[in-house]
Amino acid sequence: MKFTIDWLKEYLETTATLNEIVTKLTEVGLEVEEVEDRATLFAPFKVAEVLEADPHPDADRLKVCQVRTEDGVVQVVCGAPNARKGMKAVFAPSGTYIPGLDVTLKKSKIRGQESNGMMVSEREMCLGEDHNGIIDLPEDIAIGTPLAEIYGLNDPVIEINVTPNRPDCAGIRGIARDLAAVGLGTLKPLPTQKIEGKFTSKPNVTLHFDDANKEACPLFMGRLIKGIKNGQSPEWLQQKLKAIGLRPISTLVDITNYFCIGLSRPLHVFDADKFSGDIQIRLSKKGETLDALNDKSYTLEDGMIVVCDDSGVLGLGGIVGGTATGCEENTTNVYLECAYFDPIKIARTGRDLQITSDARYRFERGIDPAFTVDAIELATQMILDLCGGEAGTVIKAGDIPACTKTYAYNPLKYKKLMGDDVEENEQKRILESLGFTVSAEWTVTTPPWRPDIFGDVDLIEEIARIRGYDAIPVISVTKEGAVAKSAETSRGEKARKARAYLATAGLQECVTWSFMAEDLAHKFGANDRQQAARLKLLNPISSELSQMRPSILPNLIEAACRNADRGHANAALFEVGPVFFGADIQEQPIVACGIRTGELNPKHWSSAETSRSVDVYDAKADVLRTIEACGGPSGNLQVSRDAPHYYHPGRSGSLRLGTNVVAYFGELHPALLGDMKMSDAVVGFELFLENLPEQKKKGTALSLVDLPQFQPISRDFAFLADSGVEADSFVRAITSVDRTLVTKVEIFDIYTGKGIDTGKKSVAISVTLQPRDHTLTEAEIDGISQKIIAVVEQKTGASLRG
Amino acid sequence: MDTSALKKELVELVEAANDMATLETVRVTALGKKGRITDLMKTLGAMSPDDRKTAGAELNLLKDEIAGLIDKQAFQLKSQEMDARLAQETLDVTLSTRPHRKGTIHPTSQTMEELVTIFADMGFSVAEGPDLEDDFHNFTALNFPLGHPAREMHDTFYLPNDERKEGEAQKKLLRTHTSTVQIRYMLEKKPPIKIICMGRVYRSDYDITHTPVFHQMEGLVIDKATHMGHLKGCLMDFVRSYFEIDDLPVRFRPSFFPFTEPSAEMDIGCSRKDGGLKIGSGDSWLEILGCGMVHPNVIRNCGLDPEEYQGFAFGMGIERIAMLKYGIPDLRTFFESDTRWLSHYGFDPLNRPNRATK
Repeated sequence: MKFTIDWLKEYLETTATLNEIVTKLTEVGLEVEEVEDRATLFAPFKVAEVLEADPHPDADRLKVCQVRTEDGVVQVVCGAPNARKGMKAVFAPSGTYIPGLDVTLKKSKIRGQESNGMMVSEREMCLGEDHNGIIDLPEDIAIGTPLAEIYGLNDPVIEINVTPNRPDCAGIRGIARDLAAVGLGTLKPLPTQKIEGKFTSKPNVTLHFDDANKEACPLFMGRLIKGIKNGQSPEWLQQKLKAIGLRPISTLVDITNYFCIGLSRPLHVFDADKFSGDIQIRLSKKGETLDALNDKSYTLEDGMIVVCDDSGVLGLGGIVGGTATGCEENTTNVYLECAYFDPIKIARTGRDLQITSDARYRFERGIDPAFTVDAIELATQMILDLCGGEAGTVIKAGDIPACTKTYAYNPLKYKKLMGDDVEENEQKRILESLGFTVSAEWTVTTPPWRPDIFGDVDLIEEIARIRGYDAIPVISVTKEGAVAKSAETSRGEKARKARAYLATAGLQECVTWSFMAEDLAHKFGANDRQQAARLKLLNPISSELSQMRPSILPNLIEAACRNADRGHANAALFEVGPVFFGADIQEQPIVACGIRTGELNPKHWSSAETSRSVDVYDAKADVLRTIEACGGPSGNLQVSRDAPHYYHPGRSGSLRLGTNVVAYFGELHPALLGDMKMSDAVVGFELFLENLPEQKKKGTALSLVDLPQFQPISRDFAFLADSGVEADSFVRAITSVDRTLVTKVEIFDIYTGKGIDTGKKSVAISVTLQPRDHTLTEAEIDGISQKIIAVVEQKTGASLRG
Repeated sequence: MDTSALKKELVELVEAANDMATLETVRVTALGKKGRITDLMKTLGAMSPDDRKTAGAELNLLKDEIAGLIDKQAFQLKSQEMDARLAQETLDVTLSTRPHRKGTIHPTSQTMEELVTIFADMGFSVAEGPDLEDDFHNFTALNFPLGHPAREMHDTFYLPNDERKEGEAQKKLLRTHTSTVQIRYMLEKKPPIKIICMGRVYRSDYDITHTPVFHQMEGLVIDKATHMGHLKGCLMDFVRSYFEIDDLPVRFRPSFFPFTEPSAEMDIGCSRKDGGLKIGSGDSWLEILGCGMVHPNVIRNCGLDPEEYQGFAFGMGIERIAMLKYGIPDLRTFFESDTRWLSHYGFDPLNRPNRATK
């Protein structure tokens, strides 16, 4: 919302400075977004007289001018064709910033001739497009007159942000009321004279709404004014509108804009000679059309408020009028509309048809319905004053809707809610200055222009903002006790630990969208684990972002592809965030998901192994160590070969605790990577943080440390097994021999090739034995070894290699 | 007994030994069980007591002398050997170290952890709620009137209705703010309430300053006595701690939100000279967050009596405050997963936020 100080002073008697006004506006909640003070900006530009304009000795198109300024005669080199002896021009001395050129003038020599400042064109001042020459002013303007004064720019323009609850401040008078309340002057009254109709206005108006829609247009007032002369509006009115960026159109239209901006009172003017029959206000029917004054045509839906006559829809009430009955240069009989429309219906229609207008902006926020009656008189008077003519009677359909509300208010509540003591009298004064009436028993009645007030806290806010929020005390919020307690949730704790571990392990944390392309979601399990239909956005930004993600993996793979395309391959990325299986609260688990791509590390002189391709064991290590970092039982997990189909079926697995899947890991399916145009290997994992068991806290003490007195010993075995026998079966078999004695089983070599039959492999295993109560004798060690060999042979079908 | 010839011979042998093995042979030759000096020692038994005394002393002297010479020679040989080994073992220490991948924590996560440390120190704890919400928790309970523009399709992402639910719980959407967690928490827990919550929020907006997903933080205090003065104190303490500027200028302006009354926006002081933004000083203001006293309708919608309970709430964009604190210019880059950006703006995982340490 833009306004000028000059226009503000039409409603506010004040001596306040621009600065005071700007400061107070923000303090009362009318946040100032911009102040354009061209009087200050243009201050150095003043009228000067060209005494001489001689040709430049060394340049055909330049002139050497002697210019009389306020401060004496200076020499200026000028290239303007219209520079001539005796002309009045606008001079800017050296050191002045020229807005249209974006330069600051320096004293200089142009082709050997000294030049002190310049004479400016309109374009150089951003005042117009004219650059045929410098500004050429009438001869009678005194030297030293400021440019801003000549162009009527002395009036600063303020732009404020009006919050949606303050329709009263969508009119400059409402802003003036707030400023008066805050002590920056007095609000001028708005005296209204009832104008007697000289004849009966036509056409008549009827409202056609059923009971359910009565609120759509509770009041419509109209008046015929005959014999007017439309045309250009007077200079003062044009100047006001231009200053805030509105284009003057004609006197009648300018008057409606003047009421709209000044008093937040949209009006409409019809050319009265263009009606066919009486006016009806009703709800539209689907398919009706309107050619609107904004040069667009609209096809209406059911339920929009329309102003009609026998010919059909003439306009959308409170939003935009139609061309069929629009006023023109030669309009002589005007029909003035002043009505009240329902904010919700206006907002909906405006949105549905995508029409923004100053009228819609005000009606949808809720203008003062009671002012309708006075406004039609004030507007009539202005039309009569500026266009002449004779006014008819006021036609009134409907009545002012209820628009004031009364609340009991306890002034003691102010301190309870705001922490600030304000005397009852001061509270009353503030409310009354804003137009509220306050009874002796503290019943407060709202003014009709404040539809936003609904109870005592709203009244408290009114008092608080007029006092200024600076008056509210500042009190720190402190914890109970001196030492802070842990604040995070168990989910938050796991997420934090997972992030910390993965970043330490060399992965970079990403944050990616929660949605993805539908077909990609389906490739990553949307059908198997998602209630996919429930998780498809009805109004996605694009089809690429339409399905809630069933997995974070595709987002990370796509990110790795993008990085590779930029020449940064081998990305290792992770994200800790939600995935979506359903729409219920427990179907949106937090997942820690990571990928490694391409080569594990860059090539290095130390070993070719450094830059080996990532493999499933990298992903398995990442997920197991993350589980450990989160306090999970990484040693107790079962590995099974049933990871989802987007993993490589032979190089992936699930980690389970009982029946609960804690994580998936593996290489990504090569076909899928091909679809995603990923040429490097990708391994990854998905860890369902909520499926890690909650840590049961039994005090802070840890279990006692176990420090056996006897040295552990280790024995190595080599078995020949079928190549399909999995490592885990050896480990489980050997561990089962003696769960206290066998403390570690490590496979340290797997060999196939020369010396080993096809379909077989040699597996070398190191077993660590930890004696508890005595040093093991050779015989005991042999006994255990034999048992180990027997159990392995029995459980895995392998045989000891000779 | 004349040992001078023997001594000369042995000394020459020791001096000629130029590796440890030869020196050991010399030692055995001189001092071993069957060594030359030992052999002479064995002849002492046959001597007269006087001769034995003189010869014994002389032999012992020789023995000590030769042993000393051997030790000295051994020390020299070991030094030489070590020098030779060291020279042979010399490596090019200007070669690069073995690769160690360094990961990073995303600025959004880092900021969220920072927020937890600050608000935990004021006695807040963290609450959570789902991303995928319904009309009741996102709008109705928060006092958004029907027909409010935020409820429209062009602002809010909607999902198909859940026909298994009743009423407003049927209308599924992606939460547009974390204020939904206020509602869930108040419906579940009794006051006093003092929580923050953080997470993803969603708005149908994608341009230079908007992304369809971003993160918000929300704070809520409900009890019988918390007033707007506490709100001011809490948020002033917060911004000064977060931006690490003790005298950061702060301003509260009246504003409007459906779920708070009175409402305020908080600005912090900054300067905008030469196109740059510097927080903390200067004559300009920068909007940082919205806040206010929880609207009585919201308290009532959560089953509490607004005549008894009151308190404040505030909310802010996490990426926004991260951008301001760390000078990150473009919101969209937070979601692009550009590894160069992540390396530059990401945080060292060993550098976790902690107000007590530097």
